Amino acid sequence: MNDYLASSGDNQKEFTRRAFLIGAAQGLGLLMLGGRLGWLQIAEGQRYQMMSDKNRIDVKMMPPSRGLIFDRSGNKLAENHKNYRVLITPEQAADPQQALLMLQELVGLSEREIEKALELVRKLAKFSSVEIKDQLSWEDLAKIEVHLPDLPGISIDVGEIRYYPLKESGAHIVGYVGAPTQEDIESNNIYTLPGFKVGKTGIENSQNKSLVGKVGFSHYEVNVQGREIQEIEHQQPLKGESTYLTIDEPLQRFTQERLSSEQSASAVIMDAYSGEIYAMASHPSFDPNLFVRGMSAETWENLLEMRGHPLINKTIAGQYPPASTFKMITGLAALKAGIINAQTHVHCSGSYDYNRQRFHCWKNSGHGSLDLDQALAQSCDTFFYKIATEVGIDRISQTARDFGLGEKFNFGLSGELSGLVPDKNWKMGHFGQSWRPGDTIVSSIGQGSFLATPLQLAVMTARMINGGMAVIPSILRASSAQSPQWQPLEFSRQHLALIKQGMDHVITHPKGTANKSAIPENRYQMGGKTGTAQVRRITASQRAQGVLNQNLPWEDRHHALFVGYAPLRKPRYVCSVVVEHGVGGSAAAAPIARDLMYKTQKIAPATRQITADKGA
Amino acid sequence: MARGIHIKDDSSLFSRIERLDWFYIGLICMLASIGLICLYSAAHGSFYPWAIRHFIRFSLGFTVMIIIALIPVRIWFRLSWPAYAGGLLLLIAVEVMGHIGMGAQRWINLGFINLQPSEVMKVATIMVLARYYHMASPEYIKQWQSLIAPALIVAAPTILVLFQPDLGTALMLIMAAAGVVFIAGAPLWWFGLAIGTALAAMPVGWHFIHDYQKQRILTFLNPEADPLGAGYHIMQSKIALGSGGLSGKGFLEGTQSRLNFLPEKQTDFIFTLWVEEWGMLGGAALLLICAALLFIGIRIALQSKIAFSRYMALGLSINFSLYVFINIAMVMGLIPVVGVPLPLISYGGTAMLTSMIAFGLILSCQTSKSRHMNRL
Repeated sequence: MNDYLASSGDNQKEFTRRAFLIGAAQGLGLLMLGGRLGWLQIAEGQRYQMMSDKNRIDVKMMPPSRGLIFDRSGNKLAENHKNYRVLITPEQAADPQQALLMLQELVGLSEREIEKALELVRKLAKFSSVEIKDQLSWEDLAKIEVHLPDLPGISIDVGEIRYYPLKESGAHIVGYVGAPTQEDIESNNIYTLPGFKVGKTGIENSQNKSLVGKVGFSHYEVNVQGREIQEIEHQQPLKGESTYLTIDEPLQRFTQERLSSEQSASAVIMDAYSGEIYAMASHPSFDPNLFVRGMSAETWENLLEMRGHPLINKTIAGQYPPASTFKMITGLAALKAGIINAQTHVHCSGSYDYNRQRFHCWKNSGHGSLDLDQALAQSCDTFFYKIATEVGIDRISQTARDFGLGEKFNFGLSGELSGLVPDKNWKMGHFGQSWRPGDTIVSSIGQGSFLATPLQLAVMTARMINGGMAVIPSILRASSAQSPQWQPLEFSRQHLALIKQGMDHVITHPKGTANKSAIPENRYQMGGKTGTAQVRRITASQRAQGVLNQNLPWEDRHHALFVGYAPLRKPRYVCSVVVEHGVGGSAAAAPIARDLMYKTQKIAPATRQITADKGA
Repeated sequence: MARGIHIKDDSSLFSRIERLDWFYIGLICMLASIGLICLYSAAHGSFYPWAIRHFIRFSLGFTVMIIIALIPVRIWFRLSWPAYAGGLLLLIAVEVMGHIGMGAQRWINLGFINLQPSEVMKVATIMVLARYYHMASPEYIKQWQSLIAPALIVAAPTILVLFQPDLGTALMLIMAAAGVVFIAGAPLWWFGLAIGTALAAMPVGWHFIHDYQKQRILTFLNPEADPLGAGYHIMQSKIALGSGGLSGKGFLEGTQSRLNFLPEKQTDFIFTLWVEEWGMLGGAALLLICAALLFIGIRIALQSKIAFSRYMALGLSINFSLYVFINIAMVMGLIPVVGVPLPLISYGGTAMLTSMIAFGLILSCQTSKSRHMNRL
């Protein structure tokens, strides 16, 4: 039998040594763990703290209410209606499909709506709500409300939807909102909110930044599945700023209504001193609510194909030869250059020959001998042909620019076109031809290459009758009450008065081209100028045959123009009217201007300024 | 040769109770309390479902530990082989049931507890090895033949555990056994050779491990590469650990665990939960408690006059330290994810029971201060 002791001294010593090694290894191991802990928690703690927060905190954006748009006296031009939506929350519904079928019996969902909802239910987390249908009618809303206890998982939620009470009347000014583009989404994360809209046209577009408001934030703590556990921080959304326009709602409605007698027309009514636009209408128009609430493909195609470009605001994007409404410019240029004076007479035989070229006056029989006043009132072409060659295109074009032609005012509506004021350089640059005296002759009566928008024509008229101040149009109501100081133009009051006298006589003189459109009530009387813009050259054969313009196809008929102001003494309001293919300024445009000017004076929008908005 | 043995123990029950190392027991209670706090927090501030059962299990385990501690170590000496044989039978039973039932199964439902035989087996293997080296002469231990028996003793349960398959437990079993061989005085160069061979065998072993195990190792090597896939758990664990900072987020305030970003927070990843809420200070305190337990474990082994007691006490202490190291290193991303609980803190019946048995056995060595040990 082996007689050794398990506890022999040697063995004991060896064990102690080994135990010490084990202890050292364990101590080292623990130290290493402690060191690693310190590294993670102290050295890298901040980084992991951030990662932990990123894990647990989710940010939910809350849409701000879009700012409203008011007219000058507080009438709403764009407002927010409640948009009731019905939602389904899968985790609360025992059987989503069953719930949807029950809902279908109540409010008649289409198969597509059901399919779409079910697909989202399958895709999204069980606790997130899925929209089934929005823009619920009151009737449907009530039905669902009553049956809610029997519809587990179904809920009703209210959002906002834009509404334009003026419908067609305000479409071109106010514009509309629509789904944001990819670019919008990249520029501002507010557009990632489901259903959040961006201003597409008009004021909605130009003032979009201030109308949008500021998004609200809700910082939620979420668990690993993404379910909201509790709210940590809350920041209310900030409602968008309201926009106040210079527009007068009743006058705007009236203007739109008045234009509807024509196939395609536009009109601007403006304050000659402040430049405030009181009404701005383009006919045909469209209901902007269709763009918000959805329209059929048929309606859309109809809008695209309809005669008169309903989607375009022709007051700023329609460019027409100013025609005879331009004669004031030629006259003023001649007066300023000292080429004519009030007494200068020109004989009109019905045409004017220059360099073996014949230029016709609209009146074949001729006007006989007349001065500037009569030439304006009767719109004699020959008078201006005659003086034009002496004045020269440079001075005419400069005067045109002084009065706002060829200029973009950037007054708050997008889509503004600049029209065209031609000169020698322009012609060379565009056609590679030098300017000929014949061009000046044609230009003197606003034909040829000259183009102007109805807004420019209104501005031109305003500058003529306000004492030669370079008023600039505005549509956004200024925050300060005081009227702006405009740059005075370098035209003598005498010359301007002379021009105005001629324009007065257009209406008041028996021979005036728009004498028939005189306002019966004398104190509301207006002055103005007619214009008839050729769309097609009148061929020699047509002239010989005496073809009436109104018998031509619509597209070939002349545009009818009128610029006017009222009242006759100390005018305050100016207007411009363009009737596309309306044949004649005196016949088609002047009567509209008469009604507009009369209504404007009745309403007197200049006095209808409110300081506090009644609607907000 | 019949090798009966008598370990003479002159201690009365009363003197044993008197001798019990209450500081050691106090440390054990502190660990269990940390577990209780963590499980209360893991259930979002509720005793249900984990903390209450953890407490009941600890109470039972505590009783078992005290009883074991008061039983003379010679009894445990005698029960070594029966315990080993019983453990082996249970392992085989699990294996058979696994084949009949569905897929890998690691536990037997005993009604009151889901017993994992592999856990019990670790304790039994250490007991048998301690017994074996108790019997072996120091000279014999230096001869290679002395390794044959321990190799067989370890191989039997290891192979069965590998069949489950549970690579982590198998490796721990081997490491704990190697620990006993080491403290028994086997030549150091054997271990050098063993480690060298193991390293060389790694590439070969790669072909034999399961795909999910390969994935774990790959994930361990680069957890950020796949933060939403397999690397997710370890990434979230590191975030939880790191975000705890010096003083932690506060009791019940651990967002990673409260919001379920932390996986297995009540079991394997409970250390993460603890330091997320209690920070570096809490983590250091826990490590210090473990250090104290290990230190006392060594002291008990050194003070014991009986070879069996020394080997068993230190062997079990090493086993405990392996749990702690592997678990904490795993949640810190230092080693691949293996299913190893943190003793007394993680929620789990078998781990609690075997830990308490092991502590009981260590205490039994401590209370049995025999002056004589005779061999017949």
